[in-house]
Order: sequence, then structure tokens, then C-alpha cells
Amino acid sequence: MVEYTNTGSKDTRSGFGEALLQLGNINPAVVALCADLTGSLKMDAFANAFPERFFQVGIAEANMMCIAAGMTIGGKIPFTGTFANFSTGRVYDQIRQSIAYSEKNVKICASHAGVTLGEDGATHQILEDIGLMKMLPGMTVINTCDFNQTKAATLAVANHRGPVYLRFGRPKVPNFTPADAPFEIGRAILLNEGSDVSVFATGHLVWKALEACRMLEKTGIHAEIINIHTIKPLDRLSILASAAKTGCVVSAEEHMMNGGLGDSIAQLLALENPLPMEMVAVNDQFGQSGKPEELLEKYRLEAADIVKAVQKVISRKRQKV
Amino acid sequence: MPSTTELLRISTQVRRDIIRMTHGAASGHPGGSLGCADFLTTLYFGIMKPDPKNFTMDGNGEALFFLSNGHLSPVWYSVLARYGYFDYHELGTFRMLNARLQGHPSVHEKLPGIRVASGSLGQGLSVSTGAALSKKLNKDPHPVFCLMGDGELQEGQNWEAAMFAAAHKVDNLIAIVDENGKQIDGPVEKVIGMGDLKAKFEAFGWVVIRMNGNDIADIREKMLLAKVASGKEKPVMVLMKTIMGFGVDFMQDKHEWHGVAPNDEQAEKALKQLEETLGDY
Repeated sequence: MVEYTNTGSKDTRSGFGEALLQLGNINPAVVALCADLTGSLKMDAFANAFPERFFQVGIAEANMMCIAAGMTIGGKIPFTGTFANFSTGRVYDQIRQSIAYSEKNVKICASHAGVTLGEDGATHQILEDIGLMKMLPGMTVINTCDFNQTKAATLAVANHRGPVYLRFGRPKVPNFTPADAPFEIGRAILLNEGSDVSVFATGHLVWKALEACRMLEKTGIHAEIINIHTIKPLDRLSILASAAKTGCVVSAEEHMMNGGLGDSIAQLLALENPLPMEMVAVNDQFGQSGKPEELLEKYRLEAADIVKAVQKVISRKRQKV
Repeated sequence: MPSTTELLRISTQVRRDIIRMTHGAASGHPGGSLGCADFLTTLYFGIMKPDPKNFTMDGNGEALFFLSNGHLSPVWYSVLARYGYFDYHELGTFRMLNARLQGHPSVHEKLPGIRVASGSLGQGLSVSTGAALSKKLNKDPHPVFCLMGDGELQEGQNWEAAMFAAAHKVDNLIAIVDENGKQIDGPVEKVIGMGDLKAKFEAFGWVVIRMNGNDIADIREKMLLAKVASGKEKPVMVLMKTIMGFGVDFMQDKHEWHGVAPNDEQAEKALKQLEETLGDY
């Protein structure tokens, strides 16, 4: 298989912060808003460099989303920053009416998504955000896998006209995608070619999928690993082509099974090419306090869980034949 | 500015439009719309005077208006049409399938004059604040106006926006609260009393002006005063007393007319009280 090297673990949110600063320098229309989480979102550098284009909204996320919507009128490109929970569930109607339905060019940037937020527990660990956002017509939904990809995606969404939900996380995770790789919204990335199963992973679970791939190689299973950083619009052609080639599918994500990436792929397959499929995702439960690695294990989001799902889906494929 | 008599002629036709639109659609919100006809007419024709023929979403170089209580769409659509944003005959499509005149204002259908969707209450003041910030960054001296309902102030987000606008000195923002004292379930005082709104907004750091929203001469005077009060590091709030259903005797001051359309007989009776000044659609 293709070898990927961790060039040094970093948090994805720092990739966002670096790109935002860069955007401040290259695009005068970019403005940033934050709801009292400037440090957590790594927005300090932008706030310090461009104080006239940075707006501290305080703990008032609903207000922040609608101010961002208003700022697009006059040509600004607002980037909002808060935790994923407060970027979506808390402000759903504001996003729905003032941003999505109103077709506003707002970039909703959400950190601390999923269980890897860790010790703060379920109140802060949203696992429904991808589902909430992908249901809104016209919304682009992106979940990046590492520092480099988050940085590239942040730069890319500034040039995309329309509302975007950009989801990233809290912990330091392996940084393995090339630093200079351009980010193409809606274009899946083939990480490893395989013939026995297609593994579609997003966010933090992309690296886990690569780990699983290594483990599977040792047992003679050749897994195709594809990074689906854009959940909406979904790269239908790449997914269908890979699934048709391998004949079975596993999805992997740090999100609820309902409404997540797996759910989008299952819908696509059911309509176009029904095939055996397994999902590695949280199944209808809230998270809890703990260390990120403990939580990934507890909620079965580890490389070993992807391996098990692959073994199961391959045996289902064989039964079918 | 057009004379008070001229503005009254326009607002009378706007009231006819409101009755005919809600009657035609057999739905919609005539009460608050009638109450705000004088204000919105005066704002567009006398105060803002935007360019209706070259509408742009950005609205650079002109004053902007946002309707936070989107259910007042009949009065807004009528004023936009009579001001020249689109052919007033289109008012006949209000709430019809595939119409640009949706039940509540939307930008999705590309109706000129509208810059954000509203209807779900409590969002307009925040959106207006954002638009006002954008104008400041663009060094555009024109103000941003936002109309809200008094019952709408029960939505907590308004107070987030009120706090923010004062803290960030958004002094090119002029908000207007339609104090008709009525909401769906009855008098505002009975549903959730709002207390002293002047004291509340002053405590939040706003300049507060009182106005009679059914007296065109007073609207002209106080809205000009509001413009003078803007630009001095504080957002401006105009508390506008109106009578729900103003201009139609049997609708006046009755919360039951918040969201009920007149039937054939009621529409006929109402239209007899409102002279056709500019030609019906």
C-alpha cells in the first residue's frame, strides 16, 4: 500500500487559524467573528493582525450567525468561529433562514467536533452536526482530516461563493496530507488503491482508515481508502466507481450514524447500486467525558473497528455471490 | 421630500393593496401591515429614497431597510412596488404558487428590494447590525434601518443584538419597533408585558426616540431626527406607536386581525374606506 508519514501531529484548528491569517493578508473582504472562543479557535493571529476586521460577539452565537449574514451585504466574506455544537444545533434556525435560505456567503467554521473534544463531555461533543448542515439546501459541508487539509480547505472556501460548513477538531492528530495539495471542494481523494473493499472515511477517521488498511494488508485484504472531505456535494462518481470495482463498502466517521457520511453513501448506493455496506460511526447515543483516545475506543471508532467492519462486509459480499 | 398629502395618497393606496392582496390570497397578515403603511411609505419615499431601478444585493451607496417581522410582507411588497422596484401588477401574485411574492420575504425568488429572508422572528436586528458593520468597513455613510414588532422583542436574540450594537458603537443603525401592543394571542401586556421599552433600550446604551407611526408629519420629523442622532457612537431606537389595522374601522386595534385575511364582504367594506389614489393592480 501507499505509505503515509505523519510529519508531526498537530490540531486541525491550528490549520484553520493559520489559513485565516493568510486570508486576511490576501483578501480584504474576509472578516472574522468569534463568540468568546478566540484562543480555542486559533483566531488570535487574525484578530491581532486585522483588529478592524475581527468582531468579538461575546457568548451570543445566534447573534453572531445573523451578523455574519448581514455582513455579506456589502460584499464581506465572514468566517464565524465557535465549537461545532454552538455552530449548528444552537443556531439552526438562524443558519436556516438568514444564511442558507437567504443564500449568504458565510463560512461557518466549527471546531471541537465529535467525541475527541474529550473531557468536556456530551454537552459539547456534537455528533449530529453534519446531518443538520447537509439537510440545508445549498449548504456545502466539509470535514477535514488533518492540519494541512484544514488549512487548504479554509483557503479554498473563501473562493467558493455560498454558505459553507467547515468542520474540524480539537486534538492533535497525525499530519500526513501534502502541505501544498490544493483543496478541491467536492472531489474525493484516493489515498490507496485496493480491490477487496472501499473504505470511505472523513475527518479524524481518515488516518484510522489508513492504519486499518495496513492491518488488513497483513491478512491479504487490499482495501481502497478514499478521503471524503466533502460530504456535500458528495463525489458520487468516485464513490460509485470504487464501490462497483470492489463490490462492498465501509464508511468511517466521528459522527452519528444517522445523518452522517455513511448515511449519504448508503442513500447513493441504495438508489444507484445496492451493495453490502457497514458503517463505523456512533450509533444513536450521546458521548461522555474521557480522553479522546479512550472515547474513540469506547464508541468503536478505532482502526480495529474499521478492520472488523471490513471483515464483516467482505463476508457478506461473499455470501451474496 | 414629497408633501404630507402626497405621502398620505400613497399610503392610502398601499392600504388598498394590503386588503386586496390578503383577500386575494385568502391568507396573510393585514393588521400590522395596515398599521405600518404610513411609516414604510414615508421611509421609502421621503427618507431613504433608494434607487429602485438598479437594485443590488450589496446596496452600496444607499440606505438599506430590513423587515425583521417578515409577516408584514403585504405592506413591504406594496411599498416596494409603488416605489418602483417592480410592476405593481405583480402584487396580485402574493402567496401564489411560483410567485416571487412569497408569504414571508425571501431572496431565493430574487424579488428586487429584499436582501434577507425573514419570518422566523428575532433575527432582523442582528442581520441589520451586520449590514451596518459592512457599511462602516466600506466607508459608506448611509444608515441601515430595521423594523421589528413589539411582541417580537420577546425573542431573546434581539437583546443580544442590542447589547452588541451598543458595545461596538454601531451608530449607523436605526431600529424601529412597531408598538401596536398586539400579538397573536392578545395584547402584548397580557402575553408577556414588555415593561418600559424606552428605559430598557437606554439602559442598553441606545438613543431612544418616540414617534407616532400613524401621523405622517410626525414620522417625517422623527425619522429625520433619528438620522441626525445617528453617527454619534450610539445605535438609535425609534419606538413607534401604531394602531393595528389603522385605516379600516372594523380592523382597528384588534389583535384578531394579526393574521386573518378579510373575506369578500369584509374586503368590500374595507375598500370603501380607502380611496383608490394610484390605481389598483
